[in-house]
Amino acid sequence: MDDTIAAISTAQGVGAISIIRVSGNDSINIVNKIFKGKDLSKVDTHTIHYGYIINNEEIIDEVLVSVMKSPKTFTREDIVEINSHGGIAPTNKILELLLLNGARLAEPGEFTKRAFLNGRIDLIEADGIMNIISSKSDKARKLSINQISGKVSNLIKDLRKDIVEIISNIEVNIDYPEYDDIEIVTNEKLLPKLLNIKEKINKTIKKSEDSKVIKEGLKVGIIGRPNVGKSSLLNNLLEEEKAIVTDIEGTTRDIVEGTINLNGILLNITDTAGIRETTNIVEKLGVEKSKEIINTSDLIIMILNNNEELTKEDKELINIIKEKKHIIISNKIDLDNKLDYSKLPKDIIKISIVNNKGIDELKERIIKLFNLGELQTEDLTYLSDARSISLLKKSLFKIEESINSINNNEPIDIVELNIKNAWELLGEIIGETYTDELLDDLFSRFCLGK
Amino acid sequence: MDYEIIVVGGGHAGCEAALAGARIGHSTLLITGNINNIATMPCNPSIGGSAKGIIVREIDALGGEMGINADKSLLQMKMLNSSKGPAVHSLRAQADKITYPQNMLRTLKNQKNLTILEGMVEDLIVESNIVKGIILSDNKKITSNIVILTTGTYLKADILRGSTRTRSGPNGEKTSMHLSDKLKSYGFDILRLKTGTPPRIEKSSIDFSKTKKEDGDNIPYTFSHDLDKPLYDVNNQIPCHLIYTTPETHKIILENLNKSSMYGGLDDITGIGPRYCPSIEDKLTRFKDKEKHQLFLEPESIYYDDIYVQGFSTSMPEDIQEKMVHSLPGLEKAKILKYAYAIEYDAIYPTQIKASLETKILNNLFTAGQINGTSGYEEAACQGLIAGINACMKLENKKPLILKRNEAYTGVLIDDLVTKGTIEPYRMLTSRAEYRLLLRSDNADIRLREYGYKVGLIDEVRYNKFKEKLNNINNFKDYLKNNKIFPTRENNEILSKYNSPILKDGITIYDLLKRSEITIDTLFKEKLITKKYNDDVNKQVEIQIKYEGYIKKVEREAEKMLKQEEKQIPEDIDYNKITNLASEAKQKLNEVRPTSIGQAMRISGVNPSDISILMVYLRKKYNE
Repeated sequence: MDDTIAAISTAQGVGAISIIRVSGNDSINIVNKIFKGKDLSKVDTHTIHYGYIINNEEIIDEVLVSVMKSPKTFTREDIVEINSHGGIAPTNKILELLLLNGARLAEPGEFTKRAFLNGRIDLIEADGIMNIISSKSDKARKLSINQISGKVSNLIKDLRKDIVEIISNIEVNIDYPEYDDIEIVTNEKLLPKLLNIKEKINKTIKKSEDSKVIKEGLKVGIIGRPNVGKSSLLNNLLEEEKAIVTDIEGTTRDIVEGTINLNGILLNITDTAGIRETTNIVEKLGVEKSKEIINTSDLIIMILNNNEELTKEDKELINIIKEKKHIIISNKIDLDNKLDYSKLPKDIIKISIVNNKGIDELKERIIKLFNLGELQTEDLTYLSDARSISLLKKSLFKIEESINSINNNEPIDIVELNIKNAWELLGEIIGETYTDELLDDLFSRFCLGK
Repeated sequence: MDYEIIVVGGGHAGCEAALAGARIGHSTLLITGNINNIATMPCNPSIGGSAKGIIVREIDALGGEMGINADKSLLQMKMLNSSKGPAVHSLRAQADKITYPQNMLRTLKNQKNLTILEGMVEDLIVESNIVKGIILSDNKKITSNIVILTTGTYLKADILRGSTRTRSGPNGEKTSMHLSDKLKSYGFDILRLKTGTPPRIEKSSIDFSKTKKEDGDNIPYTFSHDLDKPLYDVNNQIPCHLIYTTPETHKIILENLNKSSMYGGLDDITGIGPRYCPSIEDKLTRFKDKEKHQLFLEPESIYYDDIYVQGFSTSMPEDIQEKMVHSLPGLEKAKILKYAYAIEYDAIYPTQIKASLETKILNNLFTAGQINGTSGYEEAACQGLIAGINACMKLENKKPLILKRNEAYTGVLIDDLVTKGTIEPYRMLTSRAEYRLLLRSDNADIRLREYGYKVGLIDEVRYNKFKEKLNNINNFKDYLKNNKIFPTRENNEILSKYNSPILKDGITIYDLLKRSEITIDTLFKEKLITKKYNDDVNKQVEIQIKYEGYIKKVEREAEKMLKQEEKQIPEDIDYNKITNLASEAKQKLNEVRPTSIGQAMRISGVNPSDISILMVYLRKKYNE
């Protein structure tokens, strides 16, 4: 009741907009940490603010944020609601960021429960709430734990075993210091073990993120100057795949324009078609808008015009996308060549969208670039829900903190504080919270006592 | 009423309970089977140890006797874990088995309001679930407002050795035959526990040249917060000696395993022994790959010749024990003065006790020590002290003293007992304390002396001395915060000398002290500060500053726990009426009857969803 909870309040992936609700003392603070726009700690209650959800510098989504301060809210606590763009990927990412920054994933019925406990809703509803909690809660927990495959669950169990062995060895050193035949854990001996654990957690996070790609798809952004064929490429891809098109022409919002299925992986494609290219500020606006897309995409497709010379803006964009996964294509090869290829990367793909030439080569390049072929076969089993990934990242952070304490020359029992936290966080992922586990391990592995 | 408080049993729990009762000002009777056995140490000749040493400091901070009594009876003193962080530093003393009980008996005899009587208690006077006194084996009745049971291993005790079972307390003492049956008839669930002790060897028969000498520390220490100087001679401590078991020892034990009481010698063993105090038979069978086991030869007293063989507890018959002992290096010709034995005894399931240590089943009855399922002198003593204090609080219609998990090991111990119960003798370990960075040996007085003063165990003189220490700590910290050091060439040269990074900007001395290589002594020696206080204050300030970040982090975790602790559950709650609760949760909640949501959360088998349902129910039922 004293912590801050968060959850996606709208049906996943269905509507054009998703709402993520955050409730608790710290909710404004937590959202403020990942919000680029006004300082939310200084805004009035019951106001709405435009801005971006950011992860460090990376823009995750363009959002509207409602700030409602206690007590005139549903739960009678401070509530912040984030209106995002509906796609599964950005919505989950926002939730994940909230969890990483101090919120806890709400239990089923928990907003309602708080509303009740804080006297916001009628007593008659109490039984209903208890029913919801008892019918959904355990089921939900079991479900989310069952969703973790045996392979991953074993991986986490192994990680926890590695960690608990370290902890119980340290504990034995502390509780039985007079035993000289038990290995003494020193910072020097501990460091390589922790680095190894850190590496393993990192790998699991990486695999889990790959797994997310499979479940949630890739964000693909198409950029290029006006009239190079961005919309044509989009339509070509969509038409062929007979995907659903959300036509949002005329709006200024660059939400996902369409989704195609490539080798079983969803590609959520965005382009700058939404910008009205009528005024003379178009070039500047185009570059700004492109940068924004570059920031939020997993893959950038940049289109050049075979029939035109390279412009200053083209060069600028080519330079920017170097840091990210990208494909450069040259369109309109059916027209005269005016583009100087010697100044461009060798792996540029030459296509003619109107003649449907080179599209397959583009698709193959995407598959190759993301190892999409390999992904499918093995990685679907990794953790992909926001809760598990945030717990993994938190435990990684704790291991890193313990490594820092070693570097600061702290005594072993201080170093151990964060290792213990990491062990507990990993336990939460697979639902192992058995508190006597440590003592059991300690007494089964060491021979102690008078 | 004959007395306000009767304490049954004169062990470490009983002594603390009786002294607390009498010192706070209530007429108290201590009744025991044998006055000469008051405060004896039937197992190892040692007070303190990891975590346990901190408990002794806590007892002293609250105004108990164990700390100062150990200080008066020291053979050797060590600070354990001194190479590790301050949170796990803990004192361990070898105490003299003759002088420790003598000193304690003298204190008891000189205590106002306290009467000591010999007798065996076999029943309680009970009227409508309220205890009114005790009944002795000769049917004599003594009445009182409060009874505190600190019966140790003396409830239906059986000594086990080989294939013999003897109904007897340690050292052939009388045991209470009927009290545990009577408790059962009043509604208590009884638990059978087991523990053991190693053989004692005649010192002059040991060849110490084959052993490794283990000396005490050469820095003087005291358990007591009120002594300015230790009462032992630091340069004249009695050493312990280290030896290891041999292949021959292992052969003898394994070949005769079926003769041990626990491995077939007796077929009616029901008691559960502690995992952390296994017999040598257990060690060999559970850890087959271990080639040797460490044993300590500990001196028992300077007044007699007994040596305690720590690590060699067994329930083998006497002839096998002879062979086992003679297989040890230096003990080839050793003379056994007392054979090892295992002991079985009755205890009550501790979930039947409240955190005040009053039982839930009978009003005005308190229990402390081994009867509550614990093991160890220190564990017993801290419970005895709390039971004694809370008996007085009850007499005075005041709220009981309940120490929280972030305040004391004593609090962790009692909370564990009454919330989780135990099926094996419970020993305190530092890993049981989730906030152990707060529960240090160095700050026991800061944590607890105020409570000791409030209940009436700490007098004005001792309290004022403590207040002065607190003032000094705060003044010193302010001084360090208000003084800066600047990046002059001279200062940076000093820092380089200590391998400390040079300064670019001025920083406060307070922040400089956070560096692990900088101490108050160095600052003073290099004239970077012009004042310091006594060692006690300096050390406290240094720890508080150096570990500030970590301490604050643990304090935040503790605050979360405390918020849940504040959410009270009414005593009359009927869990059977909460239809949505899982049945396991219902059963556990009924058994433990937690007083707060926080305590309920610590019960195994009670899930977060059960807690949610409980909170909604409480709101509905009690806030209508």
